[in-house]
Amino acid sequence: MIFFELFKSFFQIGLFSFGGGYAALPLIKEQVMVVHDWMSLDEFADIITISQMTPGPIAINAATHVGIKMAGILGGLAATFSNILPCIIIASIVGYFFFKYRNLKIMQAIMKGLRPASVALIAAAGFSIVLLAFFGEKISIDNLDIVAVVIFAGALFLLRKYKLNPIFTMLITGGVAAVAYILIDKI
Amino acid sequence: MKEKRQGLSFYWKLFKSTFLISLFTFGGGYVMVTLMQRKFVNEYKWFEEDEMLDLIAIATSCPGPIAVNASILVGYKMGRVPGAIVTVVGTVIPPMAVVAVISVIYSAIKDNSIVALVLKGMRIGVAAVMVDVVIGMLSTIIKKKSILAIGIFVVAFIAQAFFDVNVILIIIVAAAIGAATMLGGRKNKDGKGAKE
Repeated sequence: MIFFELFKSFFQIGLFSFGGGYAALPLIKEQVMVVHDWMSLDEFADIITISQMTPGPIAINAATHVGIKMAGILGGLAATFSNILPCIIIASIVGYFFFKYRNLKIMQAIMKGLRPASVALIAAAGFSIVLLAFFGEKISIDNLDIVAVVIFAGALFLLRKYKLNPIFTMLITGGVAAVAYILIDKI
Repeated sequence: MKEKRQGLSFYWKLFKSTFLISLFTFGGGYVMVTLMQRKFVNEYKWFEEDEMLDLIAIATSCPGPIAVNASILVGYKMGRVPGAIVTVVGTVIPPMAVVAVISVIYSAIKDNSIVALVLKGMRIGVAAVMVDVVIGMLSTIIKKKSILAIGIFVVAFIAQAFFDVNVILIIIVAAAIGAATMLGGRKNKDGKGAKE
């Protein structure tokens, strides 16, 4: 039955994807292309594009999309729910123990190691997003997108100096970039 | 920090903030936790910078979408189980709803150049927001003048950004190094060497 298959696949994806959405993509690929014959490579590439043009966690975007394609809205709900079920269970348990024992010396010591590492992971994700914004898929001097660099610098300035709201910032850069690219194309 | 935060209006605020963050975040978990950091630490002052960093560190260490993990932890901390339910629902609804719509109209907007340009521009904004938040987090670490913390950051960053080292490995090694500091002595250096 398709609902059970969706549940099984996305439960596994949720359970074994550490490190966020991009880590989940290979697992999703394995489930929808190898384990099940749900999608072609083209359709899988569409999942990535859709995840990028839709907000929220990538794994949830993918789960909803695959679920809807296979079994309609209910399928989307089933896939999404099974995708987040393992993390609800695990994060609740881990969180419970963390809040209970966080004053223990050993917990403090572990967090001392984890904190800079998690900042590093965020920084690395930010780094790759900056590179993608500046260069696109291929990194070379020729590919440097000056418009993107200027908009980036402006946005960062507003964020640091005036504490501009991040959501507002993204909407502005989206609009400004679209206008800028169209104008430049015309010239 | 001990003030009780309950009642419908508080849960509404929890829901609204996670819902909006999820609705406007393109690019996945790490982007979302940076927005949560700005909202909950800088704006609402619900958490200290350190406390939020702890929650983010735990969210990264658990499997599944980081944003969902972070929502659960924030929700639980602020409003126990009902709080966690509220924040998870708030985080999950926007991507589900938007994907449901996009999946249907995808072929129509797939090749629309304006949509592509706006998305490209929003990615520039995302990049700026992330750099902004990372600067803030980094300055918290640097202010403490702990060589160990700075060292872990540098090594973990290089490992992840340039060598694509597995996230679980980075997390386990970092936690082990932290635990080893309790034992003191040369253990730290050995642990850090093992990471590369």
